[in-house]
Amino acid sequence: MTPLAGYLLLSAMLFAIGLAGALTRRNAIIVLIGIELMLNAANLNFIAFWRFGPNPEALTGMMFVIFAIAVAAAEAAVGLALIIAIYRHYKTTAVDEVNHLKG
Amino acid sequence: MLNQMTLSFAIIAILIIAGATAAMTFRNLVHCALAVAVAFAGLAFAYLQLNAQFVGLAQILVYVGAVAILIVFAVLLTRGGEAAEKKVFSASWIWGGAIAVAVFGVLAWAIQHSFASQREPLPEAGASVKQIGTALMTKYVLPLEVIGLLLTAALIGAVIIAMREEDKSK
Repeated sequence: MTPLAGYLLLSAMLFAIGLAGALTRRNAIIVLIGIELMLNAANLNFIAFWRFGPNPEALTGMMFVIFAIAVAAAEAAVGLALIIAIYRHYKTTAVDEVNHLKG
Repeated sequence: MLNQMTLSFAIIAILIIAGATAAMTFRNLVHCALAVAVAFAGLAFAYLQLNAQFVGLAQILVYVGAVAILIVFAVLLTRGGEAAEKKVFSASWIWGGAIAVAVFGVLAWAIQHSFASQREPLPEAGASVKQIGTALMTKYVLPLEVIGLLLTAALIGAVIIAMREEDKSK
């Protein structure tokens, strides 16, 4: 197994764990953590392809990851603010109890 | 050299997978937040291993430093850490788990059969901070400005969303 395949498999595993958490957990905060793990798996793919790809001097994969980290930070801030607002309204963070559009 | 490489890769992979699995299965939300911080730190080590020093340090600063702390604050503000919930998983957890296993199977099959993963690695590839800074200030200056705008908008938006609503009946 080449190093690239190893990193790609690790990233696929991380993505699957994040997906399983996002689909099966009830707490909205854990769902958000699962989404963050999936984003990180994509970042690991970008860095692995940048390192083992044909022209690393173009820095494309690395730039993509730097911008993706910034976007993910913004996403985490807004997502957690939404969860706090929902908790204040419904007094719960379980995603299957928040089922009214106008509650 | 190759043996050292595989050993450190195995340690990093175990750290990441164990952290992520723990974060997705623990009942206590504070423990979940700490486990995900471990997984983020493992990813930072993986980036350092891949010669991407700047991204690895940015990962530690942003994820371990900011996002993990933000998650802990959200857990405290929603009182999730007080008592372990009775039901951790949703009613349709079998379907979610099956979908995740299927996705991993398809991805692993594609990785094993793609020709890109058969190629031998280049001897050395790296990027100095100077190169990254030059690229950010020349070729990628417009995305950099857009990111600045996005972070400002997200900051203001998060504060407005989380702000306590005024009682409209008064």
